[in-house]
Amino acid sequence: MNFKQYILVCGGTGCESSKSDEIYRNLLSAAESKDVKSDVQILKTGCFGLCEKGPIVKVLPDESFYVHVKPEDATEIIEEHVIKGREVKRLLYDTSDSKANKAMENLDFYQKQFRIVLRNCGVINPEDIDEYIARDGYAALSKVLSEMTPDDVIAELKISGLRGRGGAGFPTWLKWNLTKEVESDQKYVVCNADEGDPGAYMDRSTLEGDPHSLIEAMAIAAYTIGADYGYIYIRAEYPLAINRLKIAMEQARGYGLLGKDILGSGFNFDLEIRLGAGAFVCGEETALIASLEGERGMPRPRPPFPSVKGVFGKPTVINNVETWANVPVILHKGGKWFASIGTEDSKGTKVFALTGKINNSGLVEVPMGTTLREIVYDIGGGIKDGKKFKAVQTGGPSGGVITADYIDTPIDYASLQKLGSIMGSGGMIIMDEDDCMVDVAKFYLDFTVDESCGKCAPCRVGGKTMLHLLEGITKGKGTMDDIEKMKKIALGMSKASLCGLGQTAPNPVLSTLRYFEDEYLAHIQEKRCPAGKCKDLTVYEIISDKCIGCGLCARRCPVSCISGEKRQPHVIDQEKCIKCGECYSVCKFEAVSKK
Amino acid sequence: MGKLTLEELKKLRESKQKEMSLRDTSDKNVHIIIGMGTCGIAAGAKDAYSAFVDELAAHNLGNVTVKQTGCMGLCHAEPTVEVIMPEMPRIIYGNVNAQVARDIVRKHVLGKILVNDHVFDRPAIDIVEGGGN
Repeated sequence: MNFKQYILVCGGTGCESSKSDEIYRNLLSAAESKDVKSDVQILKTGCFGLCEKGPIVKVLPDESFYVHVKPEDATEIIEEHVIKGREVKRLLYDTSDSKANKAMENLDFYQKQFRIVLRNCGVINPEDIDEYIARDGYAALSKVLSEMTPDDVIAELKISGLRGRGGAGFPTWLKWNLTKEVESDQKYVVCNADEGDPGAYMDRSTLEGDPHSLIEAMAIAAYTIGADYGYIYIRAEYPLAINRLKIAMEQARGYGLLGKDILGSGFNFDLEIRLGAGAFVCGEETALIASLEGERGMPRPRPPFPSVKGVFGKPTVINNVETWANVPVILHKGGKWFASIGTEDSKGTKVFALTGKINNSGLVEVPMGTTLREIVYDIGGGIKDGKKFKAVQTGGPSGGVITADYIDTPIDYASLQKLGSIMGSGGMIIMDEDDCMVDVAKFYLDFTVDESCGKCAPCRVGGKTMLHLLEGITKGKGTMDDIEKMKKIALGMSKASLCGLGQTAPNPVLSTLRYFEDEYLAHIQEKRCPAGKCKDLTVYEIISDKCIGCGLCARRCPVSCISGEKRQPHVIDQEKCIKCGECYSVCKFEAVSKK
Repeated sequence: MGKLTLEELKKLRESKQKEMSLRDTSDKNVHIIIGMGTCGIAAGAKDAYSAFVDELAAHNLGNVTVKQTGCMGLCHAEPTVEVIMPEMPRIIYGNVNAQVARDIVRKHVLGKILVNDHVFDRPAIDIVEGGGN
């Protein structure tokens, strides 16, 4: 038996709630009544994203993408598409407004994602160099070594508009050119794979899925700036990525793509892996260089910048994994092609690790200028359990929150900065109505205080003091003075800290203060946590009118602080209660209140 | 193969590309590709891998290759698996545990029927193959 066509009906929560199940059943019965049951298989699938356009039905092998399908459309799909082989035009998704479509002239597609960095992730076997080569791997390096001068490479990068993906967004061509212009007997290229933001795993996935693109890019940079040696600084917590990199380097050496006289061009280049021990501050380039050299991982003042004085005091280009992964594609397809994707000041794509209270958590790559709404709803499939979107944290502990009011902001370097956040390396943590913003600020500040290297006082002392104030607020001991104090410390830290860690550590606090001041005020003035997250401010009580005395909560309470006679209302001993919330979640009669 | 020259690299690329496009007629014409980044492995991709190998052996299917790849990006549906074979559309399956892996062999590979409730959509087009090189 062999089906000619396959009809995929979206079974995501959004589509289910708008009758996709009825569509599925109608399709089945229409196929039965028209006697085409053996020609077409009808299936339910996982969420397609694009939930606002749901319910969604896709027909294979034609790749027809139907949106806003109604149960009564089922017969038409069977009669027209399956029997007569004609697409139902009125249901097709209009792809004309898609941002990514511009880059691919002869193609139109409905997907919101566009994969440049992740082009090989999930496609090739990362442990087989031949598969990378078959997909245009090392074609850019061949072209550069045989046809291009270092200045040509810089010019192409300039046209592409590529900016650093590690956080700050410095133009890549400029960084390379600065290093190229410095006279020196020895230069280095370095890959920053010290990914440390909570919830971020873009670089890990790229290295695990496509290690050769990094090797190729670093060789191109070395040729451009006049280096012959490179270092990959990667955290020891990424054993699989390290292993795959080692295999890739060995295979590249076997083919002579690393080593002496690469591709007969006379150009020499080799690489070495240096392991980091997982200190967040080592993602900062000067601290990274210190750690790579075997020193304690602490930053130093800039200038001199690494482009002048980097690894072992020599001029060094240092880029992060995602930036590197863009380079071979830019040189293979041309800077102009790359510049056709994205917005005026931010070209290309950005990879995000989408986590938190979102249905389809995952690794997504979208053209710059994609809105937050598209990422959360069209790709992410919306908020878990139908809750309300509250905010998203971008830029990790150096970034800030973006609220529901700004969900239609196109994502690029400038617009995120204007909102008080940053692009950062790409962690995107979605928060819903149950998340307390004071608690969120405390979480990030706790992280940076823990990770501060302690070299400069503004970060070491400022961070700790601010964290004490925040802890006080979440315990109901805050005063209105505390907010002013925190703002003052924040200003001092951002102006006087030695490196990016300290300068940006107050951002989560300032950002949540800016958009959610009311929550801070509720904690301080009313001693109340609106989201019910801060334990010290939460009180669980049993509503005697609703309690039937089943005793379930009393049996589940880990500290046995609930008492009462059978079939009589129970009470919680507030002195003993540890506010774990177990009674609240087990009660079947909504008789436990949380304030 | 030893050190490559420019010309040899180009030839290698062409032959490997050909090999991949000739998939349909070679004797290994069914490909099962398992997402095995840290995320996939943590979600049980190794169990799925063993189940595939085991089930293929049980049915004596010598024309199927099982290989690993990196993360496909569908973290909410790990482990993920792609199946490529003649006369069938390329399909990505999600939430593939050992049982689903066996179902894929029996239904998809042998019976040419897709496995319901586990099909997921490809999140993006391929810029290398579809990119008009």
